[in-house]
Amino acid sequence: MALFEAKNVTKKYGTQLALDNVSISVPERCIFGLLGPNGAGKTTLIRIINQITGPDSGELFLNGHKLNAEDVMSIGYLPEERGLYKKMKVGEQALYFAQLKGLSKAEAMRRLKYWFKKLEIVDWWGKKVEELSKGMQQKVQFVTTVVHEPKLLIFDEPFTGFDPVNANIIKNEILFLRERGATIIFSTHNMESVEELCDNITLINKAKAILEGNVYDIRKQWAANEYDIVFEGDVNIPENGRFKIISRQQDNGKSAIRFKAKGDDDTNEILQMAVGLGKVISFNPSLPSMNEIFIRVVESRN
Amino acid sequence: MNKIPVIIKREYLTRVRKKSFIIMTILAPVLMAALIIIPTLVMMNQQQDFKKIAVIEDNSDLFKGVIKNTENLEFVYLDNVKVDDLKSNFDQAGYYGILYISPEIVNTPNAVQLISKKQPPIGLLQHIENSLEKEIERQKLMTYNIENLDQIIKNVDTKVSVQTKKIGDSGVIKDTSTGISMALAYIGGLLMYMLVFIFGSQVMRGVIEEKTSRVVEVIVSSVKPVQLMMGKIVGIALVGLTQFLIWVFLTMGILTVIKSTILKTENLTEVSQNMTKSILSDEQPQMAQDQAAGVNPDMAEIRQLFSSALNQPWGLIILSFIFYFVTGYLLYASIFAAIGSAVDNETETQQFMLPVTIPIILGLMVAMGTMQNPESSLSFWCSLIPLTSPVVMMARIPFGVPYWQLLLSMALMIVTFVAFVWMAAKIYRTGILMYGKKSSWHEMWKWLRYSG
Repeated sequence: MALFEAKNVTKKYGTQLALDNVSISVPERCIFGLLGPNGAGKTTLIRIINQITGPDSGELFLNGHKLNAEDVMSIGYLPEERGLYKKMKVGEQALYFAQLKGLSKAEAMRRLKYWFKKLEIVDWWGKKVEELSKGMQQKVQFVTTVVHEPKLLIFDEPFTGFDPVNANIIKNEILFLRERGATIIFSTHNMESVEELCDNITLINKAKAILEGNVYDIRKQWAANEYDIVFEGDVNIPENGRFKIISRQQDNGKSAIRFKAKGDDDTNEILQMAVGLGKVISFNPSLPSMNEIFIRVVESRN
Repeated sequence: MNKIPVIIKREYLTRVRKKSFIIMTILAPVLMAALIIIPTLVMMNQQQDFKKIAVIEDNSDLFKGVIKNTENLEFVYLDNVKVDDLKSNFDQAGYYGILYISPEIVNTPNAVQLISKKQPPIGLLQHIENSLEKEIERQKLMTYNIENLDQIIKNVDTKVSVQTKKIGDSGVIKDTSTGISMALAYIGGLLMYMLVFIFGSQVMRGVIEEKTSRVVEVIVSSVKPVQLMMGKIVGIALVGLTQFLIWVFLTMGILTVIKSTILKTENLTEVSQNMTKSILSDEQPQMAQDQAAGVNPDMAEIRQLFSSALNQPWGLIILSFIFYFVTGYLLYASIFAAIGSAVDNETETQQFMLPVTIPIILGLMVAMGTMQNPESSLSFWCSLIPLTSPVVMMARIPFGVPYWQLLLSMALMIVTFVAFVWMAAKIYRTGILMYGKKSSWHEMWKWLRYSG
């Protein structure tokens, strides 16, 4: 069942079209990638989900009901441009944001203590934000995003500003939140993390949704029957009508070949052919990276 | 759930706890008190500067003892001393100066000279001139051989001070004082201008801070932009009110301390006792009592001033002040909030500030003119136009304003501030999320027409 749905959303700023009839469907407990080049309309869509601005037309549903003002309490949003009051103390600030999300002061306090302990930032409670490093500020911001335990979390580039260790901590927290039942919309330009984390994606370009679906399905769909094979020794695949060599590398007594097969070939048949040619070290159907797909899809539209 | 109170609380507390707020709140009354104390001290020091003056007449003693000694002045009448002899060394003899009166003075007014090393103060000269004038008048009158002349002169010695009275619609005549009305007009207008401007621009800075630090996007994902804007405006208004009240109490406290320590003279206690008496008792008989008791005319004047101060429409003034502060502040603060939302940093506000500053400064200038001429048509129109009316109307009220004008002005004010808050909220909503756009009035007009 879809936790969140946007149907035929259109938004104009003056004469400029920011979203053109965009629909997305985010299944429950899914990590959903919202992708697209800069200026495609991702931020506008995220703002519409957060009810920061309203759509000109289209409908939004959360948990089956039409999105309404009360739903801000069920949504947590970590914007790309992080923002905290610089002169305010960390603890007070976290309490303030939690109260704005509708928590009582006591409840906010209880939950913040839990999160501050978990992310090992308890010592910063009484410090001013401006005294903190950027990474520390990001952690505080992360806590303020999740403290009200929203059903839907929206992370816009959550890993920027973190060192690899802290990025990993945050990644694990995101996975943990999903374990506990949260659904996550994840907007990023880092395609490796999309491959690693996302179940489904929608790619938006020039205000339109141009690619959507399950990440693995999309990659298979774009795979175009390419394979990577490595032989021991100097081996080559004969180019006949059946195979087309894309690249061939030979070193350390191995031959690494990428080739394209005709569309109707089965993997087993290809492997049988290969075994006849020499000693196979490895054989992989090559899935295009999300990065490649992103670039190809966007460029083909421009 | 309504989250505006949470926002108001934050806006209020973060400002009130700031060091700069605490320092300004304490320092301002001290500075204001200093403005009052220092001139007083300077004046008192001047008086304490004791001067001895030698009086020399040319072969006569017509004016001997005429110029009376005062607390700080001593006149020493020297016989048989030539001016030229004393001229070279009067300093060593301990004299501040030599007053030389030639016998021609009766007919030639400038036949009197004060020789001193320093420029003599005006008070000294006035004292000498008054004394001599009176004496010459007396001597001239003497030549007419009038009986009981001294008694007559004493009886005709008069002081005049015009008492202004205002007749109300009900026919009740009240004491008024143009001086006090002017002072109230001045204070009311200036205070309104300062409060609206200082706290209005604080709203703008707050909005810019939230926009540049990008906090705003997080907050508007929890509350509506208009709630954030109103929370900020109300929070800052409360800061202004807090500061204003602390100032009033501190200033009053400091002034009480000054009154009881520095100005501790019998004279003053007498004045205040008499003033309390005059407030308690009915006023007309008091005047008669004064004359009968031969009370010092100065005292009567102070009492008069005091009673006319009490006759000012205080209730109206205070209520109007609160009304115009609230509406005027809301009006300007919402404009400032809209401007703050439209820019990326504070330097960009310049181009927008001028058109906003002009009406309020114009208001202040008209208010100053109003004190001279409360009935002018410029004052009338400016006290109706909402952008200038808070300042100008406060300057008009102490001089009396017809109720229909006041009510019309207030009605216009309410309509306008509601319209401005509404427009500002629309601009604000779009502006706070716009970055890197060259902001202009045209751009803001476009935002105004965007749908939700």
